[in-house]
Amino acid sequence: MAVKVIIPTPLRSYAGKHESAEVSAGTVGDALGGLTTQFAELRKHLFTDDGKLRSFVNVYLNDEDIRYLAKENTPTKDGDTISIVPSIAGGSCANANVDRGIR
Amino acid sequence: MATTTQARTAAKPVTSLSNEEILRYSRHLIMPEVGMEGQLKLKNAKVLLIGTGGLGAPLGLYLAAAGVGHLGLVDFDVVDFTNLQRQVTFGSSDVGKHKTAAAQARLSNLNPDIRIETFETKLDSSNALELFKDFDIVVDGTDNFPTRYLVNDACILLGKPNVYGSIFRFEGQATVFGMPDGPCYRCLYPEPPPPGLVPSCAEGGVLGVLPGIVGSIQAMETIKLILGRGDNLVGRLLLFDALGMKFRELKLRKNPQCPMCGAQRTIHQLIDYYEFCGIRGEEAPAPELGVPEITPRELKSRLDRGDDLFILDVREPHEYQICNLRGNLIPLGELPRRVHELDSSREIIAHCRSGKRSAEAVDFLRKAGFRKVLNLKGGILAWSDEVDPSVPKY
Repeated sequence: MAVKVIIPTPLRSYAGKHESAEVSAGTVGDALGGLTTQFAELRKHLFTDDGKLRSFVNVYLNDEDIRYLAKENTPTKDGDTISIVPSIAGGSCANANVDRGIR
Repeated sequence: MATTTQARTAAKPVTSLSNEEILRYSRHLIMPEVGMEGQLKLKNAKVLLIGTGGLGAPLGLYLAAAGVGHLGLVDFDVVDFTNLQRQVTFGSSDVGKHKTAAAQARLSNLNPDIRIETFETKLDSSNALELFKDFDIVVDGTDNFPTRYLVNDACILLGKPNVYGSIFRFEGQATVFGMPDGPCYRCLYPEPPPPGLVPSCAEGGVLGVLPGIVGSIQAMETIKLILGRGDNLVGRLLLFDALGMKFRELKLRKNPQCPMCGAQRTIHQLIDYYEFCGIRGEEAPAPELGVPEITPRELKSRLDRGDDLFILDVREPHEYQICNLRGNLIPLGELPRRVHELDSSREIIAHCRSGKRSAEAVDFLRKAGFRKVLNLKGGILAWSDEVDPSVPKY
């Protein structure tokens, strides 16, 4: 089943600068697996070393947070949209996580 | 702060507007959704803006113009030239001034009938609760994770709404946290990213209009909260993509297990947010790589002497166009796969804008077996300061 994965700006440089990707997947986990196979560099930004989705990266199936569905096992259907929404803090050129205090 | 707190609590609710105010706010007053009742709510409202930068600029301007009677401005920074591209509260003549003072002058000029209180201080765990307690609504216009978690936790502890906005390059997020039964920032993101996984300076930057749009959304949400009108963003995360010019909305649920706002709260006081975000030390959060360095002056004299040096510029091509030292451009991200282009028998001087990325490059090259490789200390910024002021700083 074809699902669209929307790649957020901070992660696009690890995904060939693409804004989105079409992957064939039966679950959200499959879709993310397919995406990180296509763009290997994305993997460490989405998953921890032991394969868990990172806690500062939220994944939505259409408009619902997968943490409140069946997480990575949430089934997908044709035409679904998966959004990856990482936390962003800033900001200007100052590295968003660097202590520049309030700007 | 004690005296200002006294003055604040002593203020009685205002129950009427002057004729000048009626004229000033006439476009509000003739709307039934605002009217005299709403305008008086605005006049009696106390809103604290955390940050007077990119998001704080439209926030301050619109909330002052709308007649929010008491605005608090928290910032410790000074206006610099790079701020003017987006921080529209400030003018060229404000460069070098404290942001809170410059913003106060601008906003007082815009609306002399409101009270603007400035806090020229760095928000931290020791002062946040005291600063927040006398305000009705807190608006988060900061640019870093530790302060975002601090603002969230302080708002939850005090039961204050937290109007949230955040930007990155051409993408923005906005929502309202801290409402009764609504989610908080920790429900959305239980933990911050570790420093190493945050996009670097090379990928940073922001389209100047973007904070204008996101900050305006925060201003609108703040005014709606004060008026008690409309549907605000509680429980909804608004995503804005400026390049695609698309707004999207995601459901934002209260996490029953949230350590801050859940039933089984485990956090009962403010913590050390730098430690929580994995940042230690005040001004040097990145671990020092301890790579061998060369100062700009040393480099200049060695070049003048005619030494055979290979200048490696590890910035991005668009940065090379701004200014360069006629070095050989290999962006840091491409270095691993282009390392064969380098001759390890030659002496290599790596540089970037400030010396941070090139330190990583030097570290990488040394681990790859390069022995004669030095980092230009302070990068092109230091070169401009110490050797050639004609090289622009950015």
